[in-house]
Amino acid sequence: MSAERRRFLGALPFLGALLAVGTSSVGALLAVPLARFAMYPLRRKPGEVAWSDIGPTTDLTPLAAPVKMLVEIEQRDGWRKMISTKPVYVTRTAEGRLRVLSAVCPHLGCSVAWNDSRRQFSCPCHVGVFAEDGALVSGPPPRGMDELDSTVEDGRLKVRYQYFRQLVTTREIIA
Amino acid sequence: MSRLVDWLDRRTGLQHLLREALGEAIPGGARLAYVFGSGLLLVFLSQVITGVFLALYYVPSADHAHVTVAYMVKEVASGSFLRSLHAYGSSAMIIVVLLHVAQTLIYGSYKGAREILWMAGCVLFALVLGMAFTGYLLPWDQKAYFATAVGTNILGEVPLIGEWLQRLVRGGADMGTLTVSRFFVAHVFLIPGAIFAFVGLHVFLFRKAGPAGPPSVEAGRQRTELFYPRQLLMDVGFAVTIMVCLGAIAWMWPAELGPEANPADTRFLPRPEWYYVPVFQWLKYWKGSSAVVGIVIIPAIVAVFFVGLPFFDRSPERAPSKRPVTVGAFVAVLLSLALLGVLSVVEDRRDPAIAEQLAAQREVDRQFTAEPFEPEESPASLKTAKAALADPATARGKAIYEAQSCDACHGDAGQGTPGASALIGLAAKYPADELQRVLKIPTQEMTDGGMMPVDISDDDLRVLVAYVNALR
Ligand code: FES
Repeated sequence: MSAERRRFLGALPFLGALLAVGTSSVGALLAVPLARFAMYPLRRKPGEVAWSDIGPTTDLTPLAAPVKMLVEIEQRDGWRKMISTKPVYVTRTAEGRLRVLSAVCPHLGCSVAWNDSRRQFSCPCHVGVFAEDGALVSGPPPRGMDELDSTVEDGRLKVRYQYFRQLVTTREIIA
Repeated sequence: MSRLVDWLDRRTGLQHLLREALGEAIPGGARLAYVFGSGLLLVFLSQVITGVFLALYYVPSADHAHVTVAYMVKEVASGSFLRSLHAYGSSAMIIVVLLHVAQTLIYGSYKGAREILWMAGCVLFALVLGMAFTGYLLPWDQKAYFATAVGTNILGEVPLIGEWLQRLVRGGADMGTLTVSRFFVAHVFLIPGAIFAFVGLHVFLFRKAGPAGPPSVEAGRQRTELFYPRQLLMDVGFAVTIMVCLGAIAWMWPAELGPEANPADTRFLPRPEWYYVPVFQWLKYWKGSSAVVGIVIIPAIVAVFFVGLPFFDRSPERAPSKRPVTVGAFVAVLLSLALLGVLSVVEDRRDPAIAEQLAAQREVDRQFTAEPFEPEESPASLKTAKAALADPATARGKAIYEAQSCDACHGDAGQGTPGASALIGLAAKYPADELQRVLKIPTQEMTDGGMMPVDISDDDLRVLVAYVNALR
């Protein structure tokens, strides 16, 4: 018995190493894709927002007053997507640059409306008033209207629709 | 190191266990012919692991199954590889099961008080076929749907309980979302659980009876060899070879995913996976009143002889050349299955209409696999909102809703904002006339919240309420 046992264990180091190499290489073959598969959702950076199309800039050339546009935003949730429309205001600065303002009031989130006769934005909920460029004029909102990131690509205006923290004085992006 | 090993050993008896496991005496010495059982166990382990990971993304319902499989295959890193490994793994299971059965039969290893061991193996064989059948439906693409429709139709042919059985398996008269749930539960919980149990029994009984050794008893008596090291090396070598082959095939020819099942497609020609093609062909010959013979009676007779083999074949003789009936019958069954498979392929090739349709189906599958992933639109999405607006009254109502700046506080789709509550679902709580009334003259609670009276004509008010009621 003891001789057999010695022979039994004595063969272990070499063959054991051989087996270990074989099995661990198969294990690795499987472990790498498994890990990549399971950790795929971590690759999507939070706050990564797609560009939504507003329309051709030629439609926005004579821009006497801010115009309300509806943008379709697509939110991805794994294999699902949710499409919703959000109102934004497109304005032009004195230098002629296009700016896109979120219609969400920085006070409590009601939709801000453009009042053409007074040439001001006003919020119907608690009478917040903003100037044509979105700056705060009066009322409870803690800051002016929030500008959204926008860009012109192939002659089309695109916007990155985001939400901002309410009731704070600085523009802070939230999910 | 050795102190750690000693400590572990004192606590667990690991060395003893290892010696028990590896020190098994094999009559006649190690042979390549003995590798299939452990190979099968390893492929099954790989199926369990890949299966568990696939479940990270899979949703078992008729409206999400296909999109979730498409998502993991087309978007998730390594998803196509892992799904291919799992899908081809089922083929590997069947091949290795057949090799294992063939070895046992030809070596006569089921003899010598091994009846229960053999029967446990038969149950495992059936369970493996069940895994292949239930797993095939889960992606819910065209070929999965129609192959399973045919497969479950066969159940309906069983006398007396056929219809009941079919409804039980399908979760109703037709295939649908309940079928997916049932197949999922069978594939993921019930059958794997049974497999674990029967593998335990099978291995336990095998260790109890000991390895049968070569057919020639003399050769077995001449020398014995321990399982470790040569047999272990062969077993591991075989298992590693299958896994490497599987991995290479999955890598180079990823499994395809067809477009989502469309039960209304009457042109689709169902064809099962290769291992079910012989059965599929066999069933073609048994139509109408004779169907019972082909679907129930003949398979039942074959199954009884197969499962009961250790009882029918009781002579201790194990050399295949001296057991012409058993070995001959087994080879005959295998050859007939192969012949049926070949016939099926030949028939499909001969008929130009069928060949063309099958080629078209393959092409559609290939195209769908190559297309980029299209996420599923959630019900709360624009499409449904637009569909609701197809009704002109609700469309006008939306215009009024926006003109009255209701959207400013209640959100552009009635979803609510921090300034005011959501309007979705209001219809369930208030009848239309009640809603019209409170819109004209808001309650105290509403006024306190900032709600203004809606000052429009009764007709417009009615349309506005219709829109609010249509909000989802
Ligand atoms: S939410 Fe706009 S002022 Fe309060």
